[in-house]
Amino acid sequence: MERIRTPWAVIVALLALTLAFAACGDDDEEPTAGGANTTAAAAGDGEIKRGLKFVSMPKQLGNPYEEIEHGGFEEAVKELGGTHELVGPTDASASSQVPLINSTIQKRPDVLGIAGNDPNAVAPALRNAAKRGIDVVAFDSDVAPDARKIFVNQASSEQIGRDQVKILAEQIGEEGEIAILSATANATNQNTWIKFMREELKNYPNMKLVKVAYGDDDDQKSFQETQGLLQAYPNLKGIISPTTVGISAAARYLSSSDKKGEVALTGLGTPNQMRKFVKDGTVTEFALWNPADVGYLAAYAGAALASDLITGKEGEKFKSGKLGEHTVGKNGEVILGPPTRFNKENIDEFDF
Amino acid sequence: MPAEAVIERSEKPAGAARARELLGRWEVLVAALFLLTCVVGQSLSSEFLTADSFTTASLDLSEVALMALALALVVVAAEIDLSVASVLALSSAVMAELWNAGLPLELIMPICIAVGALCGAFNGFLVTHLGLPSLAVTIGTLALFRGLAYVVIGDESVTDFPIAWTDLAFGNFAGTAIPNTMILFAILAVAFGVLLHATPFGRSVFAIGANVEAARFSGLRVKRIKVWLFVMSGAVAALAGIVISLRNSTAAANVGQGFELVAVAAVVLGGVSIFGGKGSILGVVLALALLGAIQKSLTLAEGISSYWVQIVIGTLLIGSVLGPNLVRRAREARGSRPTRRGKWPLRRAATPNAPQQ
Repeated sequence: MERIRTPWAVIVALLALTLAFAACGDDDEEPTAGGANTTAAAAGDGEIKRGLKFVSMPKQLGNPYEEIEHGGFEEAVKELGGTHELVGPTDASASSQVPLINSTIQKRPDVLGIAGNDPNAVAPALRNAAKRGIDVVAFDSDVAPDARKIFVNQASSEQIGRDQVKILAEQIGEEGEIAILSATANATNQNTWIKFMREELKNYPNMKLVKVAYGDDDDQKSFQETQGLLQAYPNLKGIISPTTVGISAAARYLSSSDKKGEVALTGLGTPNQMRKFVKDGTVTEFALWNPADVGYLAAYAGAALASDLITGKEGEKFKSGKLGEHTVGKNGEVILGPPTRFNKENIDEFDF
Repeated sequence: MPAEAVIERSEKPAGAARARELLGRWEVLVAALFLLTCVVGQSLSSEFLTADSFTTASLDLSEVALMALALALVVVAAEIDLSVASVLALSSAVMAELWNAGLPLELIMPICIAVGALCGAFNGFLVTHLGLPSLAVTIGTLALFRGLAYVVIGDESVTDFPIAWTDLAFGNFAGTAIPNTMILFAILAVAFGVLLHATPFGRSVFAIGANVEAARFSGLRVKRIKVWLFVMSGAVAALAGIVISLRNSTAAANVGQGFELVAVAAVVLGGVSIFGGKGSILGVVLALALLGAIQKSLTLAEGISSYWVQIVIGTLLIGSVLGPNLVRRAREARGSRPTRRGKWPLRRAATPNAPQQ
């Protein structure tokens, strides 16, 4: 090895260099750059700018559900003729997205789509992004309202609740005893949906809700609760399970019981866990939003923002590709639409 | 004069020239890696060499940087504290809970730091008085303190801290591109630098790390000193918890997961021997600059997954433990075993041998 006599000079020089960066100050801020200066008057919806630069940020890399959402985001970006980059943290802690947002700002995309890990931890960084002219669209999981222009919500609680009753009503001819197999007794989501289910049931005077059972989002407990329901209510016509754990456990029990085909089952489930039961006739139809569409819509909303077609105010409309047209609601919220229904005909088109 | 100078200020050229050289070489290596990262970073993205990069990279590393300073002293004493990120989370959770209870921040912050110090004292007690290895103890408290944080605040997060404070933590110093948190870091870096390199306490820390038996026989109160080191580490981690909560205007139990890895990486990469007895605050500061540059360059580059940040940091961590060891072994293999020790308690990698060939 060689002798190095005066390393300190190098170090001092480095420190000076670092300070020099620091002293550069903020004078290199350009308002917005990005490659989005070519407005193309082509491709159907004419006014969306071509060549927009999109970044989408999941809560965490490697989550299959989110990968589908961001796949939808990317699909929309391709349709819009933009470029897409997926940037995400390796853990889902409250602040893990902040450094990535900070670096993303420096890359100056036109649109940042984000599923926030914590609504407020990311807010200061996102507000900085807005200051640099980046349009922030939250989807899947909202961030503080003043830190984004639009939030794409998968579906409204009311619609989710009411739709499940409608699906079941179709299957049992709008009459008979029904039960609900929920998650835990204090689960906020499920309780909100059940509230709207009760509302919707008022439209079906011949359907009677006899019991709300709780499977605690535990596979075994949900399985046993299903068994209990069928024994306690021999005239039971249908079960709604608004939880992916519950519906698959209930389906598993039903598929091997003699009530298979007699008791209808619906609720919220994923196509992959329910495919078997739809094919063997245990379940006719169930629902869930399509995660790919959530991302798809977010990209279209971002493109409309970046093309100055909308600003995120209530009542503004924008084209959303294959999804048609969407309207911005209160607090910049855009609702994807009614949940997607999955049945024998379409279930093989979905993989999540 | 020579021995004196080395002990008091490692950056002063001094009599124990070989020790100085070795130390110098390590820090020069880190600095060279930093430069290399800058070159690579700039080639990956033209945004790399900008004031923005400096601001955000240093801001993002604030908490790790603070924790690494106190941790460096612990490692010099041949111990380790892996619970720092969990203490940070506990501090954040306590802060949230007390803020919910209506206490003023001016009172909450000292309480949080006291809680951190207490956590450190607990670590220190288990290590010194029960004689348990700090690696095992602090892996245990890593889980324990994080769990406590969840007990205190649960899944909630608290976000309504006063804007004056959050702006202070998020903002830059007087119109420059230097984040306020870096000013805090600079102050603490100087304080810990002086403590380690220019006080009898610091000398004792080196002595304990170099040879704990010798230190004990020469009358050092080893246990007491070690407990203090853990207390400092805990207190600084709690301070980092306050900083991260204000900077993100969010206090939650799940903040800073995995920060302990980066903090340890900074310390070891900074030339602090994982076997104790050797290291400098300056090295740690340089290593932090290197880590910040690596993180920034990889996140700025298009299409590089954040997994790579972990991969690179992990590799560097191993490399910085392995490197000095390989050098030592190579020297031993050549038969140039050290025959005398410098007065500065150096060990292992610091074998003060060899007029270089």
